[in-house]
Amino acid sequence: MDAVASLKSVVKSYTRGAQRVAVLHGISLTIDSGEFLALMGPSGSGKTTLLNLVAGIDRPDEGEIVVAGELISNLSSRQLTGWRAHHVGLIFQFYNLMPLLTAEENVELPLLLTTLSKAQRRARVRTALHLVGLADRGAHRPAELSGGQQQRVAIARALVADPTLLVCDEPTGDLDRETAEQILDLLQLVNREQGKTIVMVTHDPKAAERASRQLRLDKGQLLDTDTEAAA
Amino acid sequence: MKFLHLVWSGLWRSRTRAVLTLLSIAVAFVLFGLLQAISAWFDGRLPGLRADRLIVVSRVSEIEPLPSAHLRLIERVPGVRRATLVGALPAIYQIRGNDVLVLATDPGALFDIYPDWHIARDELQAMSGKRTGALVGAALMKAYGWQLGDRVPLRTSVVQQDGSTDWSFEIVGTYSVSGAATQENRIIVNYAYFDEARMFDRGRAFAFIASIDDPLQSTRICAAIDALFANSPDETLTQNEAEYAQSQLRQLGDVGLMVNAIVGAVLFTLLFLTGNTMRQAVRERIPEFAVLKAIGFSDGMVTALVLAESMLLCVVAALLGLAVAAAIFPLTAALGISGGALPPRVVASGVAIALALALASGLPPAWHARRLSIVDALAGR
Repeated sequence: MDAVASLKSVVKSYTRGAQRVAVLHGISLTIDSGEFLALMGPSGSGKTTLLNLVAGIDRPDEGEIVVAGELISNLSSRQLTGWRAHHVGLIFQFYNLMPLLTAEENVELPLLLTTLSKAQRRARVRTALHLVGLADRGAHRPAELSGGQQQRVAIARALVADPTLLVCDEPTGDLDRETAEQILDLLQLVNREQGKTIVMVTHDPKAAERASRQLRLDKGQLLDTDTEAAA
Repeated sequence: MKFLHLVWSGLWRSRTRAVLTLLSIAVAFVLFGLLQAISAWFDGRLPGLRADRLIVVSRVSEIEPLPSAHLRLIERVPGVRRATLVGALPAIYQIRGNDVLVLATDPGALFDIYPDWHIARDELQAMSGKRTGALVGAALMKAYGWQLGDRVPLRTSVVQQDGSTDWSFEIVGTYSVSGAATQENRIIVNYAYFDEARMFDRGRAFAFIASIDDPLQSTRICAAIDALFANSPDETLTQNEAEYAQSQLRQLGDVGLMVNAIVGAVLFTLLFLTGNTMRQAVRERIPEFAVLKAIGFSDGMVTALVLAESMLLCVVAALLGLAVAAAIFPLTAALGISGGALPPRVVASGVAIALALALASGLPPAWHARRLSIVDALAGR
């Protein structure tokens, strides 16, 4: 299988006040196309930092990151913004929808950056909402939807521009078990049916079991355990 | 246009705050519109005044009367076409508040000097045959429901020979002034009768008005008139009509400066109000801007969104305020101000100020949104 993303000797640290905190220590990793990868590890292990680097919303201090054939660690901030719009769909723990926009308008947001006509955008939005099972809730605002429905809208927003990579940061962290299972079903469906590559950070072992591969991070380093799930 | 709903939703995120800010800006622009329109009206009057009419008053004080005999000398100054003398009789009709100004003059000369004041020839002739006659402005006739032939009693502070301060005139004609209804609120009476009937200051006039042949010679003629009475007990100050009006306005103060100072203070306060609103609005939405940037909105687009929000707020509110000012301004006619339509340049400068206000109040939060780190913002740092 082709690699969608490859990280080579990636080092990342943050400055907090006067202190410099090393977060990732020389991470090397390859993510194959169509893979559903779960990143696990304790708080502060560097999971989200690694996810941000793969998603191109942060930059490494050292090392190389190639995603979708682009050496994104070398891109300027402006280039990286354009690259994200084309290649990455983001799903957050707390959905991060625009509260005054309807579900349709929220899903449409990434398409506003394209040259699609209004009718084309609308058609794509309806398809995405249909895919996540919310075709009839397009006119509702986030406050009128349940947590699971809001996360479905967020998934539709992440998918609508047909990105290469879906990046999920604790997508079930704010949901009850039953709803979490539904969201994981949906992610699995997207992975299997549409062949989307998914990288998911989670604390939840049950959620991680849905992935095709699990990786554990601890203190900024990948542990040797690389579990190939049967799912 | 495809981003409009995004801008609009950002603006209405806190409905109460948006409405209150919008109203504050709108009220400020009502004030701006009205004051600027009044200032423009004052400015606009001056160019309309003529340089071929001269006003002669006492150099000592405008309220100091001058000898009526000055008239004969003024008439002889080369370049002076016609001149007349004026006595002023501030009066009250029936009740306090019904103030009218009675001008005692030579009506024939006055209407010759003011060709834009229109009167029927027979009514002007009737005036010369009626010592206590009066020519009343059309607006004043209408305001008090007077008719030709009515006898109008007026209370004044000018004492008559019999000790009375009540004067009475019979209306023998009506004059009108095209395009200047405010000049139709006067009563013109015969100076000869007025001067004979009053007890004090007889033989002394409040001012002289003269028309000249060539407005370009007004400076020379003014100097020539004043030279006639130099070093006399009754020195004169002669100015053309425009200069005289300017000096009158200066006595009120610099209207333009006052208006600009008030409007400036209001807009300066507004800058803080709008700036604070925009700052709060952006601060509350830091995670939302971070998401927008994360999904591909560039720094420039995020900046533009915040600025567009600020502009939408300021310009909509300013237009609302200017619309109210435009609706109110015609009512100022009751205060003696022109009361026409709000001048287009006031609307244009209002919109320009609204845009400047939007930029000034929107730029700092827009810059903040532009600079925010996606990672820090999403992590709530």
